[in-house]
Amino acid sequence: MTLESAIAIVHDHAQDALVVHANGMISRAGFTHRDRPEHFYMIGSMGLASSIGLGVALARPDRRVVVCDGDGNVLMNMGTLALVGARRPTNLLHVCLDNGVYGSTGNQRTLSNDVALEKVAGAAGYAATRRVDDVAALRAALDELGGQPGPAFLLVRITPDLPDPLFGRVSIDPPALTERFRGAAAAR
Amino acid sequence: MNPGSPAAAFPAIFVAALRKHGFDFFAGVPCSLVKGIIRELEGGSDYVSETREDAALGLAAGAYLAGRLPAVVMQNSGLGVSLNALGSLHRIYAMSCLLLITWRGHDGKDAPEHNILGPETPRVLDLMGIAHREPESQDGLIEAVGWAARTTVETRQPVAIIVRPGMGA
Repeated sequence: MTLESAIAIVHDHAQDALVVHANGMISRAGFTHRDRPEHFYMIGSMGLASSIGLGVALARPDRRVVVCDGDGNVLMNMGTLALVGARRPTNLLHVCLDNGVYGSTGNQRTLSNDVALEKVAGAAGYAATRRVDDVAALRAALDELGGQPGPAFLLVRITPDLPDPLFGRVSIDPPALTERFRGAAAAR
Repeated sequence: MNPGSPAAAFPAIFVAALRKHGFDFFAGVPCSLVKGIIRELEGGSDYVSETREDAALGLAAGAYLAGRLPAVVMQNSGLGVSLNALGSLHRIYAMSCLLLITWRGHDGKDAPEHNILGPETPRVLDLMGIAHREPESQDGLIEAVGWAARTTVETRQPVAIIVRPGMGA
């Protein structure tokens, strides 16, 4: 499964959820596949996608929140797995798109090849965790996790392959992204 | 310090000022210089005890995106941890946030681990383009909360109040 096919399936599942995309190829893939006001794209602050998503989820417990995270980001901020496990926001779905490499910097290996991040999340106290590596299993896991209280951690093994031509960069100015997301969050 | 005022009262007054000026989401990593304020915040349901200062800033960014006005408590050692979040998240995305930063090593005569970043803390904030105040009294701290709320909301940028040692905070 490629990043773009996984992102497309997660977006279809997310529907009206507030969605936070991690920096690097995940934001670029998300922005390229489908842009909407409920999407936030990180371009810097590597590691903090889960923190941002948790902040949204704690501030708006009435809204569903999806984090499109990466293995490098999760590894950089594993303390937040503990914080999610401690606070247990039922409205949070934490998706880790795990290609096993740092895809924006030359495909250097990450520790996710040696450490099962969904097991770390489970030990930290997420209500449910799944690991999937094909499209059918991803769809089934999203349906299943969407029907029960979170927080849930879904590790999606993807290939490091990127499309040619590559995804474009996020072309909306960061302050405009902030205002747009705040408006979308306040709208209901 | 306000001689004669009960030491335990100031943290409650300070937190009440934060709430009065609109701050409604709190996260942080502890410092002994503000243990009273943290205890007071923990009494509410809206304080999140974080694992790292930059993660607390990520949390604050999410809360701001969801319509809250956040404040993050940290020691100045945590400011070092936070520089990338401030530079590549709050500053460029125009996100309001109050940083309540304690000032270990302000005179360079604290424990060794505080004496490099300590004296330079205001200058680090200057370099990051973050407006800050470092009040010298409890009254000054309360006044700074109003300034911080106005400034962070109007500029949509993070602002900082530096809390000196011995403030009874």
